[in-house]
This record gives sequence, structure tokens and C-alpha cells, in this order.
Amino acid sequence: MKVSLFVPCLTDQFFPQSGMNMVRVLERLGVEVEYLDSQTCCGQPAFNTGYHDEARVLAEKYIRLFDSSDADYIVAPSGSCTTMVNIAYGKLLSIPEDLQPALEALQRKTFEFSAFIVDVLKQNDVGAEFAGKVTIHDSCHALRELHIKQQPRELLRHVKGIELIEMQHAETCCGFGGTFAVKHADISTEMVDRKIAEIHSAGVEYVTGVDSSCLMQIEGRLRRLNSTVKTLHIADILAGDA
Amino acid sequence: MSGQKKVQVTPRNLKLLVQERIYNPQLRKNLSRATSTTLAKRADVVADFTQWEEMRSAASEIKDGVIANLDTYLEQFEENAVSAGATVHWAADAQAAQSIVYQILRDCDAKLVVKSKSMTTEEIRLGHFLEEQGIEAVETDLGEYIVQLAGELPSHITAPALHKSREEIGELFAKKLGIDRTNDPEALTAIARDVLREKFLQADAGISGVNFAVADSGTICIVENEGNGRLSTALPKTHIAVMGIEKLLPDMQSLTLFLQLLARSSTGQRITSYTSLIRGPKAKDDLDGPEDLHIIILDNGRTDILEDDDLRESLNCIRCGACLNTCPVYQTIGGHSYGTQYSGPIGAVISPSLLGVEEAGKMPYASSLCGACAEICPVQIDLHHLLLHQRRKYIERQGGNPAERLLFRLWMMTMKHAALYSVSGLLGRLAGTIFGGSNRTLPVPGWSKSREFPAPAPKSFKQLWKEHGSER
Ligand code: SF4
Repeated sequence: MKVSLFVPCLTDQFFPQSGMNMVRVLERLGVEVEYLDSQTCCGQPAFNTGYHDEARVLAEKYIRLFDSSDADYIVAPSGSCTTMVNIAYGKLLSIPEDLQPALEALQRKTFEFSAFIVDVLKQNDVGAEFAGKVTIHDSCHALRELHIKQQPRELLRHVKGIELIEMQHAETCCGFGGTFAVKHADISTEMVDRKIAEIHSAGVEYVTGVDSSCLMQIEGRLRRLNSTVKTLHIADILAGDA
Repeated sequence: MSGQKKVQVTPRNLKLLVQERIYNPQLRKNLSRATSTTLAKRADVVADFTQWEEMRSAASEIKDGVIANLDTYLEQFEENAVSAGATVHWAADAQAAQSIVYQILRDCDAKLVVKSKSMTTEEIRLGHFLEEQGIEAVETDLGEYIVQLAGELPSHITAPALHKSREEIGELFAKKLGIDRTNDPEALTAIARDVLREKFLQADAGISGVNFAVADSGTICIVENEGNGRLSTALPKTHIAVMGIEKLLPDMQSLTLFLQLLARSSTGQRITSYTSLIRGPKAKDDLDGPEDLHIIILDNGRTDILEDDDLRESLNCIRCGACLNTCPVYQTIGGHSYGTQYSGPIGAVISPSLLGVEEAGKMPYASSLCGACAEICPVQIDLHHLLLHQRRKYIERQGGNPAERLLFRLWMMTMKHAALYSVSGLLGRLAGTIFGGSNRTLPVPGWSKSREFPAPAPKSFKQLWKEHGSER
């Protein structure tokens, strides 16, 4: 089985370790991994802000590039960018007619990382070890667009040494929301403060999730508040072999 | 309280209105208490049904059918309402609706009007208009009465005074009604009742909204919990009901489903205390009821939404307010921050169409697009997707902020070319090394005031992947 990696620009530039950890986990599970070097961004920031023309240019580039791959699946360490391709392309962002068949084929084989392991590979134990108290934040797009809720939990529960603690309101938005975090910084910050209050009252050392963007928001605020709680992408935990 | 209006109330001032409110601890407490209580009650009664999801789909389908054939249903409704003795008026916009109401009130020489709660009459600023014409229009729903006394807009579709604590209401009553101060909700309700009872008995006409209009019988349905709706529509000689063109349901059978969905979604009740079905004015042998029933059917921008494939779904809304309660942005800023009657997710979706892009085009940006609204909506409106459509329309029509547009242009050009993208990544890393310091933080306007922004990693994934490849 061959997987082509869809590494979002945020992961590429700011959290490359999480991308590499995804590679490690997939290779450990016996998957052949390829990475198409000329990929950049799926266009989500422009799309979410209303700039569809700009977003469409990148969507077309994305579709052409991944259509050229013979991989069986496309896997991304992000529920949000997976949503962009699987839900927004074609339905919310118009795509030229001639790319439609290619898009539909891509949508059938594109998966978020944790859902790919559980739903496609049918694995729930990736042989990881991790010592620490961890809570998981449900990222909105993963949760509500892709219905990813149990998959990451199932994987985490099988990690040796981990103490998984559910926080209250795990499903409430962290306040990131793309350019919303900057355009409405004060609302966004109040929202992440509520999330952080829940994280703190859960008494954990780490917050994890399937999206680096939400984790960047949470981490950015945790650091500003001098909290000792750390954020980790789920791939960072699953790659752990202590 | 944030009562001293320094900033003009309009969605154009959304950011300023947010600033006025977001750091008000009392308001935040009121909002969080009210929304969490209602959400908990809702969850309780929704659990009655294992087939809740099927009920939502069924409702959404019924509404889709009505909206797709709205002209036919409207004609059918009018015909049946008229044959039951009602007078039906059509109003293209707020002004037309106001003049129709004024004409009716002048014909019956009305000086005092009682109003029951209605978002549609809020939309056309009817109370305000009537005051200007020298006609006293008293809000008789307790929440509406409170915001009327305070000179405010309702801050929630179904709970107009949700932003106020009982202490604040006590203070308001003492000030405006010249009574001794009390915070006891029962005492406050009794005081309002006393004032309102007089008004009911003296009123020349009653004005209401319409929750549902049943096409195959010409019946209008009004739901409420205080009995004031029933009094407003049955006691005075004239009853004027104002409804948007989208309020239609095909038949009584579908009404049953919608009543179940509405009561549970809005107030967490199994059924609202009063459900009035009104078909025509008082008949010969009826004991009570108005002599004249006027139904005003209002467009006011709705046909624009109807013609728009992307937004049409928003006409399915039954104004339950659940999307406001569950919205983390609404919970943080409250309804008044939006600067218009319709707030929260549904307000941000429809207001740019109702008020124009100039006025309300930025409302859809006050959302993190988390989708909690779509998840709770009893008629399954994809609210967060509609917000995205409205954002696109805003950029298409307004061009957006020139600096932002340029930024996205440049960004797109960069992202289009892998080589350019890699170079800009390199520059980012350089900036990170120069400005980031040991803290590994980059200053980002807007972001960094309250949060750290990470500096780019020393090596990008692309680089790490290359190294990984040579290891293998
Ligand atoms: S959009 Fe849906 S949830 Fe919001 S008020 Fe309308 S019916 Fe209720």
C-alpha cells in the first residue's frame, strides 16, 4: 500500500516534526510513503476569508499535482486541510468542470491521519509508548465535517504509559478559526481562555489533537500565560517509543 | 451596564460594539448562565427522541419543498386565510409594512397598541415607527418589555433580555416605573403584569408575529409562554399579524413536527405553554377574538435570498435561537455586539442580504466557523457553510480591504510556485532567527498582543524529508 503525504504549509514551516512523526508511524505500520515535493498550500486561508479566485488557483494546482500520483491514499496530519479538499473543493469552492473527475477520485482516497489508521488500516495499537497525562481537544473541522471523534481516542488509549483524561467541553472551539484569530483577536483570545481553563482543570501535562492550527492557538496562549502545559500533535505521541 | 450608547448601533461598528462588551464580567456571566441553562434543558428534552436526527431531516425536507414552491404556497395560504375572513396585505419592504400597519390603525382610530413578541416587527422597527406617529405601542412579552424600557434592541431571537441579570432588571424597573427596588423575579413579573393588564384592557389593536402559517387552511400559529400573545391577539378589536414570506408550512400535520422541534430547540420545553392557532377573525358564535384580522406578508430582502442558490437554505430558519445559544462567539460577545436585531450565526448569515453588504457585510467574519450552529439547527441549515458563501459575496462585491487583497494575491503567487514558496520559507526562518531570539517567537500583528506566535522551525518538512530519504 502506498500513501502520498499531504503536508499542510503550517506543518511544513512551523511543525515539521509532527509531519516526520506521521511518516514514522506510517512506515512502522508497513506503509510505503511518498511525498510530492512541489506541494504547497491547499488554499484554505484565502478561501475562508472569501478570496475564492486566489484559493481556486491553489486548489487547481493541488488537484493536478495529486492526480499525478499513483498512491492508493492521501493522508494529512490535519482535519482542517482534509476538510478543505474533501468538503470545500467542488461544493463550496467551485472547481473547473474538467478537474471534477480527478477531484472526486482524490476525495475518495484522502484521509486525516488518525482516521486513516483506524478506519482504513484497521489498526488501533501503533506500538507507541508515552509517559504523561494527556487530554485531547476536538478540532472543529475534524469533528463536525469529518466526524472524527473516536479514532484519535482509540489510538491514544492503546499507547503504553499514557494517562488519557477527558476535559469538559472538549468539543468547544479553541477560537482559532483561521484569519478570525487575527481579525477578531479579542474574541478569539477569550475563546481560547475558556479552553485553557478546561485544560487546567483537567490537570494534564499535555494537550493533543489532530490539527496543528488549533494547537498553535492553544500553545500560543499557554506560553503567554506561562503555563507548564505543553501541546503535542497526535503524531508526536504516536511516534513515541520512549 | 453597557447602556450608555457611545457607539452607534450598526453592524458596521461590530468591532467597536464588541470592545464595549467583551470585558464586561457581568454581561459574560449573564450570557453564560442563560445559554448554558437553555442548552442543558434542550439536551434533556431532545433525548426524548431516538429519532431526533430523522425529525431534523424531515423538517429540512418539508421546508425545502415549501421554499422551492413558495409562490404556490403563498397563494394557497392567502386564498384560505381570506376565505376564513382575514385581510391579507403584501409588503415589499419595511417601509411598506409600516404604512400598511399605520393605515389599519388609523382606520380604527387606534391610540394604544399591545404587541406580542415578534422578530419580524423588530426587523421593520415597528415599535419605533409607531412611537414616531404618536401611537403608543407596548411590548407585552416580559423580555421585550424589559428591552423596550431600557431602549435597547433584543439581544436574542427568543430571549430578548437574556443579557440582563435580575439585579439589572430590578434597577431598570425602579428607575423607569418609579417603584421600590426589588430583585425578586416573581415580584418583578407581577409588577410588569399589573402595568400590562391595564394596557391589554385599553388597547385598540394587537400586533403579533407569526411562528408558522399553514397554507392548506390559512391558519397562523403563534407560540409563547406568558399568555400575552393570546391576550394581544384576542382582546383588542383588531389583530395585525406580521410575517415573513418564509413562515409557511404545507399542512397541519407538518405543524406538529415543527412545534416539537421549535419548543425543544428554543427553550428546552416539550411544548410551549401557549400555542394559538388563529384562523380568521372572530366568527358569529365565537365568545372572543378580534373583529378584524389583518395578515401582513413581508418580503424585505427575502426574495433576494430566495433567488440565491447558495443562501436559499437560510429561509428554512424557524427562529428558534439554538444556534445563538451554542455559538461560542455569541456566548462571548452577546447579541448587542452584532449591532442589529438578528444576531449570532443566523443573524450573520441573513443580515448582509436583509440590510445590504455595505451595512452588514462584515458580520460573517465574526465567526470561527466551528460549525456548532449547523450541528444544533433543528432544520439542518449548514450555517457555517452559508457564512463562507456570504464572505465570498462580500469580497466579490466589495473587493475587500486593498491591503488584505494584495496580501492574498502575493501569498497565492508564492504558493503557486514551489520554488518561491521554499525561498519565502527560508526568509521566514531567517526572520525567526533574527527576531525570534531564544524564545522562538515571531511578532505577528493582531496575534501577538495576546499570544505567542511560533518562529518557523529550523528546518522545514521538505528539508527533513530530503534528509530522511537519504537515510533510507
Ligand atoms: S438557523 Fe436553525 S438554529 Fe438558528 S435560529 Fe434558525 S432554525 Fe434555529
